[in-house]
Parts: sequence; C-alpha cells; structure tokens
Amino acid sequence: MQTLLKDLLSVLIRIGSVVLAGLGAVGRLAQFTGRAVGRAVLPPYYPARLVEQMLIIGYFSLPVVGLTALFTGAALAQQIFVGGSRFNAESTVPAVTVIAIVRELGPVLGGLMVAGRVSSAMAAELGTMRVTEQIDALTTLRTDPYQYLIAPRLLAALIVMPLLVLVSNVIGVFGGYLIGTERLGFNAANYLSITSQYLEGDDVTSSMVKAAVFGFIIALMGCYNGFHSSGGAAGVGRATTNAVVSAFILILLANLIITVLVFGS
Amino acid sequence: MTPKIELIGISKRFGRKVVLDELNLSVMPGESLVVIGGSGTGKSVMLKCILGLLRPDEGQVLVDGQDVTRLRGRARTAYRSRFGMLFQGGALFDSLSVWRNITFAMTQGRRGNARQRDLAIELLQKVGLDAAVADLRPSELSGGMQKRVALARAIAAKPEIIFFDEPTTGLDPIRADVINDLIVSLVRDLGITALTITHDMASARKIAHRVAMLYNGKIIWDGPRDLIHSSGNPYVDQFVNGRAEGPIKTGQLVR
Repeated sequence: MQTLLKDLLSVLIRIGSVVLAGLGAVGRLAQFTGRAVGRAVLPPYYPARLVEQMLIIGYFSLPVVGLTALFTGAALAQQIFVGGSRFNAESTVPAVTVIAIVRELGPVLGGLMVAGRVSSAMAAELGTMRVTEQIDALTTLRTDPYQYLIAPRLLAALIVMPLLVLVSNVIGVFGGYLIGTERLGFNAANYLSITSQYLEGDDVTSSMVKAAVFGFIIALMGCYNGFHSSGGAAGVGRATTNAVVSAFILILLANLIITVLVFGS
Repeated sequence: MTPKIELIGISKRFGRKVVLDELNLSVMPGESLVVIGGSGTGKSVMLKCILGLLRPDEGQVLVDGQDVTRLRGRARTAYRSRFGMLFQGGALFDSLSVWRNITFAMTQGRRGNARQRDLAIELLQKVGLDAAVADLRPSELSGGMQKRVALARAIAAKPEIIFFDEPTTGLDPIRADVINDLIVSLVRDLGITALTITHDMASARKIAHRVAMLYNGKIIWDGPRDLIHSSGNPYVDQFVNGRAEGPIKTGQLVR
C-alpha cells in the first residue's frame, strides 16, 4: 500500500514538474515578447538594420517560396481535376485552386518555408552571438540588444511576410493555371475569369493576416531561442532545432485558430 | 579615500552551484588590480555582476560610493558608459568591419564618419596593428589580432574603468607584452582604474599594483604585487608557482 502511494506520488511530482516547467517557459516567452515589442516602439531606431533584415527575410526567400507555390499550385490543380472528375466537377479546378491557395496553402507553405530558412538562421546567428559574448559586448557598449537585434527582426518579418505571401499566392494560382491550360484543356481566358470571380476580399484579407502572424512567429521563435541559447556549439544547434520546430507547430496552430475564427461561422 | 569599485558580500548562484560566496573586494581610483584564480572559479561572473550583465543574488556593488546594484533603464546605460570591457574571446561583432567594431560605442552600430574611422586607425596602431586591417572583418583576423582589436574597442570611448578578461591569453609572449605595456600606460598616463582577470603570472607581475586571489567564491588573499611570492598563503603559493600538488585539488575547481 505504501509503495503504491509512493509510486503515485512520484508520478504526480513528475507531472507537476513538467507542468511547472511548461508554464515557466510560456512565462519567459511572454516576458521576452513584451520586452521586444515594448522596446521596438521606443527610440533609438535602427532603420539600416530593418532594411537589411527585410532583404534577408523577404527578398532572399522569394525563390524558395515562389517555387513552393508554383509546384503546389500545379499539383493541386491536377488533383482537383482528377478528384472532381469522379462526380463531373472538373470545371471547379480554377475556383477551388484559387481558394485553397489564397486561404490556406499560400500562407501556410510560405510560412513553413520561411520558418525553415529564417527562424533557423536567426537562432544560429543570435545563439552564436550569445555564446561568444557578443550580446554582452553590445550591452556594455550601451546598445540595447532588444532594440538593436530583436526589434528589427520582428518588425521586418511582420512587414515582409504579407508581401511575400501575396507574391506566393499569385505564383501558386499561376501554377494551377499552367497545368489547367497546358494539360487539362482549360481555355486561358476562361480560367482567369473564373479565378477572379471566385476570389473574394475576405480570402485575401485572411491570407494577409495569417502571413503577418506567421512572420511574427517566425522571427519571435528564431530570436527567442537564439537569444537564450547556452552551452557552446551544441547549445546553438539545440536552439536552431527548437526555433524551427516551435515555429512550425505555432504556425500550424495559429493557422487553425485564424481559419476557425474567420471562416468558422 | 572612497574606493572606485567596492563589492560587499556579493553572492551568485547558478542553480545549486555557488559561484560567488559573499565576496568582498575593493579597487582604489587609478589602481590596477589583478584577480587571479583557476579556470572556472567565477572570475568572469564577478566582472559581469559589476557591469550589471548578471544580477548578484545578494550583496552590493558600489562605484564611487554609490550603490549601483539596482540601477535600471537610462541610469544603468549612463553607468555603463564609465566602463570599458575586454571580453575573453574578444566578442567582436562579426557582421561589422574592424573599424566599425572599434568605434561602436560612438556610432552605436550606425554608419560612422571619416573622423571616427581615423580614430579607429589611431587605436589600431596603439595596440600594434596595421591600418590595413581596419576594413577587414573580424573573421579574417587571427585570434591574437582579434583580441587586440577588442582591446582597441574597449578603450575607444575613453572609459574611466576598464575590465580586462584574460587580456594576454592566446597571444605569443612578445605580443602579450605589448598588451601589458599598453595596460600599464593606460593606468599610468590616463589614470584609469583597471581590473584584470588572468592566470598569466608574467602579465600579473607586470601590470598589477595589487593582486587578489579568488578561490571557492571568495577572495582568499589580497596584497601588493611584490608580496605575491611571499604571501604565506599555501593556495597562492601553489597557484603562482603553478604546482599540481598542493591544497588546491584540480577536481575541486567549481565552475
């Protein structure tokens, strides 16, 4: 009886410590976010750093995000055609493609690709700066690392992601258009007119909101994990992995929440 | 006379590990104090507590008699402008060129002008480096050169107090001596207060007015440089003579 009680207690202790650790992590992240956002609005500002980050996050992500959208849009159109033909609904290809791309696949796949590229790079860069004492050096040289390192990254991702997803949506629809007109026998003008007919303002708005939220998540996870890394090269490696994995999960979760909020009712 | 820096009962723990244990230490204005101690005895932690990079769990840091332990915001930024710090690994910003690293305290990471570039070159010459390195990236320099650039950065804003975290580690004996001479002249000619951490005894003998030894989170001995070989303290004796045998067990060193 006593050993049973002891076992039960040890299980409870373990559960408790996991819950506490989880809550602690959420608290630290919230504190970090609050501090970063708070310092981002206060001077001094670093416009050159902002532009640099916008280039890194946005411009240099264009090829990978564009290719992802192109291939996905094309494959999607092909699948909708095959699936739709089972109940004579082949003509829905342009409409379903544009809605699926703009509402879901454009922002989500774009977000995941940028997270893979950018969150990891941010975590590795800031993590290396942390373990080589560069962040401490910044502080002793009277520069606030939140303002100099974190704020430009958060702001740049927030601004650039909607633009990137806008381009990615257009390319995704174009991928569907290519398959539709070149392989599936759609008339080009007809395809485009159906596309524009079925696309609504809300679709685009929700796409842009998602993109901005994902951009924030991408930069936040990269910065948070990098900023708090410790323990040399292995620590930086861990921070990089954590940044990408947590950004992926949070993007998919945020996507679900926004989709339910916007389209659920 | 009021000490420039005074540490009163500073304790710092990481988890269960006690790194600093009610440490007391003071540095007088214009004095060059060298703190010696084994690797991982908390010497760097002590410097970071003074700079406010780490918050001590207990105790007070006084600078010119004023408690600076709880400073926040602008007051803390202003406080930091009185310090220069040479980090152990240099901690140069690898995204910026050498001259922009050196002038960072003035430019705060912004573009910087020709006058500041000239200042950087002047400082480079002071630490024994050629003007040609000004436009290189830190990653293009050897470890020893990086260290000297970091030293130039630490003294660029003419701070009144400079911390040197192992300034000669990784340098050959001749270059190390150039750095030693520079530290001596900073103290003698400019009247700065210097606090140096090192285990290079040749360097300590050259730059120190006074030497203190940190062991197990406390200062266990503290005296003028000339008494370092006749301290009568077995720990200090073992350390300055670099003997494996003695009261300091290498397995005991706390990180």
